Amino acid sequence: MAKIETFYEVMRRQGITRRSFLKYCSLTAASLGLSPAFAPKIAHAMETKPRLPVLWLHGLECTCCSESFIRSAHPLAKDVILSMLSLDYDDTIMAAAGHQAESIIEETIKKYDGEFLLAVEGNAPLNQDGMSMIIAGKPFSEQLNHVSKHCKAIISWGSCASWGCVQAASPNPTKAVPTHNHPGIANKPIIKVPGCPPIAEVMTAVIAYMITFEKIPELDRQGRPKMFYSQRIHDKCYRRPHFDAGQFVEEYDDEYARKGYCLYKVGCKGPTTYNACSTIRWNEGTSFPIQAGHGCIGCSEDGFWDKGSFYDRLSGIHQFGVESNADEVGGTAAAIVGGAVAVHAAASAIQRATRKSDGQGE
Amino acid sequence: MSVITTPNGYNLDNSGQRVVIDPVTRIEGHMRCEVNVDSNNVITNAVSTGTMWRGLEVILKGRDPRDAWAFVERICGVCTGCHALTSVRAVEDALDIQIPKNAFLIREMMAKTLQVHDHVVHFYHLHALDWVNPVNALKADPKATSKLQQLTGPNHPLSSPGYFRDVQTRIRKFIESGQLGPFKNGYWDNPAYKLPPEADLMAVAHYLEALDLQKEFVKVHTVFGGKNPHPNYLVGGVPCAINMDGDMSAGAPLNMERLNFVKARIDEMKAFNDNVYIPDVLAIASFYKKQLWGGGLGAKSVMDYGAYPTVNYDKSTDQLPGGVILDDNWDNVMEIDPRDPEQVQEFVNHSWYKYPDENKGLHPWDGITEPNYELGPDTKGTRTNIQEIDENAKYSWIKAPRWRGHAVEVGPLSRYTLAYAQGSKYVQEQVHRSVAAFNALAGTDLDAKPILQSTIGRTLARALESQYCGDMLVDDWNSLIGNIKAGDTATANMEKWDPATWPKEAKGVGVTAAPRGGLGHWIKIKDGKIENYQCVVPSTWNGSPRDPAGNIGAFEASLMGTPVERADEPVEILRNLHSFDPCLACSTHVMSEEGDEIVSAKVR
Repeated sequence: MAKIETFYEVMRRQGITRRSFLKYCSLTAASLGLSPAFAPKIAHAMETKPRLPVLWLHGLECTCCSESFIRSAHPLAKDVILSMLSLDYDDTIMAAAGHQAESIIEETIKKYDGEFLLAVEGNAPLNQDGMSMIIAGKPFSEQLNHVSKHCKAIISWGSCASWGCVQAASPNPTKAVPTHNHPGIANKPIIKVPGCPPIAEVMTAVIAYMITFEKIPELDRQGRPKMFYSQRIHDKCYRRPHFDAGQFVEEYDDEYARKGYCLYKVGCKGPTTYNACSTIRWNEGTSFPIQAGHGCIGCSEDGFWDKGSFYDRLSGIHQFGVESNADEVGGTAAAIVGGAVAVHAAASAIQRATRKSDGQGE
Repeated sequence: MSVITTPNGYNLDNSGQRVVIDPVTRIEGHMRCEVNVDSNNVITNAVSTGTMWRGLEVILKGRDPRDAWAFVERICGVCTGCHALTSVRAVEDALDIQIPKNAFLIREMMAKTLQVHDHVVHFYHLHALDWVNPVNALKADPKATSKLQQLTGPNHPLSSPGYFRDVQTRIRKFIESGQLGPFKNGYWDNPAYKLPPEADLMAVAHYLEALDLQKEFVKVHTVFGGKNPHPNYLVGGVPCAINMDGDMSAGAPLNMERLNFVKARIDEMKAFNDNVYIPDVLAIASFYKKQLWGGGLGAKSVMDYGAYPTVNYDKSTDQLPGGVILDDNWDNVMEIDPRDPEQVQEFVNHSWYKYPDENKGLHPWDGITEPNYELGPDTKGTRTNIQEIDENAKYSWIKAPRWRGHAVEVGPLSRYTLAYAQGSKYVQEQVHRSVAAFNALAGTDLDAKPILQSTIGRTLARALESQYCGDMLVDDWNSLIGNIKAGDTATANMEKWDPATWPKEAKGVGVTAAPRGGLGHWIKIKDGKIENYQCVVPSTWNGSPRDPAGNIGAFEASLMGTPVERADEPVEILRNLHSFDPCLACSTHVMSEEGDEIVSAKVR
């Protein structure tokens, strides 16, 4: 395999000072929820670890994941694209088109077989012989399977690649399937980063973590990074005290809505939704849906389109003892995606092995 | 066939070399384009194919109309929010719900923020590489770039030679690494690129600046809608309640701090439009003064529903008035009525759908969409490996919408043509100013029409619209403050929130000036649930395949007669297509009430 420059070498070569580089490392540590003590470790990793080639494929999607990605403030999207990754294929932003674009896939496979990251945005439909998602005259399914065979690991960006999302909502007219359920997908670790879209800084932090620590982040039993998806929005919501005090918005724009009371009664799905919206917040921490007055619609959860109206009150959530009930809901969701368990198990095994070898190396 | 003349006046000749571009990159969604070029490398036939289809409308059937905005918002994450806005308008129209003034102003600010964001990202991150050569920027003298910056955009603070030298250094090292990332396999030695190195360097610097700034613009959505992409909307108003000085104002969605935050973002948008975006487009355009082709339908037949009223529900106050112009006759602007079954109709005889009678079009309230993927006998390749498509048969996942049977172009150029023709002072002044600036930079003496009715004109109109939206945002913010000051803090009308208050059956339509053109949603509600939902989307109008009469759509028309430097390097084709800012996920979402009958899972 060709020698790949380190992250630090590239940043330096591009005229970024050591001081800016170290500041970047501190911000990365902060965005990962790590203490400032980790900044030197991140700096060390970035000075010595190789850059990561990425092929970013797009299936049936709305491109909200890419749009979210370019909103990242720390690191800035331009630094990710120019210095952090080698984004060799991404049809949304690449200069080349047609066969000049498609040849890049084969070149990358040849040069970096088994070493590059496959990022999947959107998903593949199985109806219409796969031809309701055509790329280079062929079903997207073929491209996805082909590239998956040669990658090191797969990131399923967003709810389309992670769960199926809106086009897979009942009755799923195109039979769109998430990455891990795609027939013929290679048995590689899959990191799900769900959300419609995922938060920008969550997306770039997952990548920064993998580059820095040279391993897949610890995943939950559904395949999501625990660092961002192990808490319900409800757990850290700034309106939680109003829930506990029984102070609720009864109707949009009532006097309680103006006071910022809890939105549970107008349909908020925060109590059953695992995501970092109430902690990291959106668009550089500017706000998140509940702060702006609308209930959470649960967009990072599997099948959230088919769980009743966004304005129906969650049933089975009691004011006290909410944890046990919400845990049951989480457990059910895990059972529904049982088809994916084998893949997750494989991913977890590789992840354990990675951690083990890391330990031996130290 | 050899040569066919279409009813809308194009001579299609497919005898020359066939060039295939799949995927067309730097667009939203997925598309394919095939053209024939003659021995002089001039395009004589163009075939545009939408290559994705998701079937969102069947998914909506039977759901709560108050939820529809969230589903249709996911038609597109680039023009995020415009489908949600159109949806709540359609539902409110059906249920006769009037929203409060504050809600109207907040929705307007969200819509105009999207325009600025979407237009800026389109120009710098999707379109610029058709005009700008980053490799050539390495040859630039940073001092010359600084001079150019001060000539074209004197009010932009980042203009020193040192600044441009730093940018150049970063790009040089990036390119010298050999890992070119998104620039890989570009057409950097193609003579179709005309900019001198100093202009290339200036544009590359602004590519990076725009990438940093666009994330600031969208924070307006984050304040009002909680997140971006995909902010939240609400039937009856907006979800962000106002609490200026009452108890717990600090935890309320909107208070003085939040509104000031929005104002700061509006000021950034306005400054970028005025100091960078408009000057860049004019500077780049002046270097392409000899490439003023690609006008296509934009030089003939244009349409928009009209947008940005100063008084809600009063179309006569639209700041970008709508209508239809046919055959370049600016003296006769016809009214458009989205409810009239004879006006907007969709055809499918060249689309991968089935109608009982494919010679006829259907109005969206009565629309049918049943997928029917089949290829014509002259296809080269196979059903799942298309080499060359047969455009005499079905060839796209995009339907063909027509206005009274006419193919029309939609988008900022269409809106600007309509506003200019109908005497909008603001638009006329903007156009005259731009034409004068273009002529001064290019050393030409052209009128507005030859500049506007071209590929670069489409791109210029988009920039002008972004600037107009930036100015209107200031007006809307001031109006909001004024209305709150007058004592009105209402943000939602919940009188008809409960479905028990709804009629047994209702139908409505919502229209919006989406970034890519006029957008309409048509809804039928029955027993409190969605009975039918249809969207007719800008890129469906522009990307449409042929219709039963043989008219070609706007993408195809814009390519006709365009010369290309090198047939195997699609710089000019990408340039023309990108000037529409194609959005393929939008254009190919369609599905209707009968769609659920055709779902047959065939697992490969």
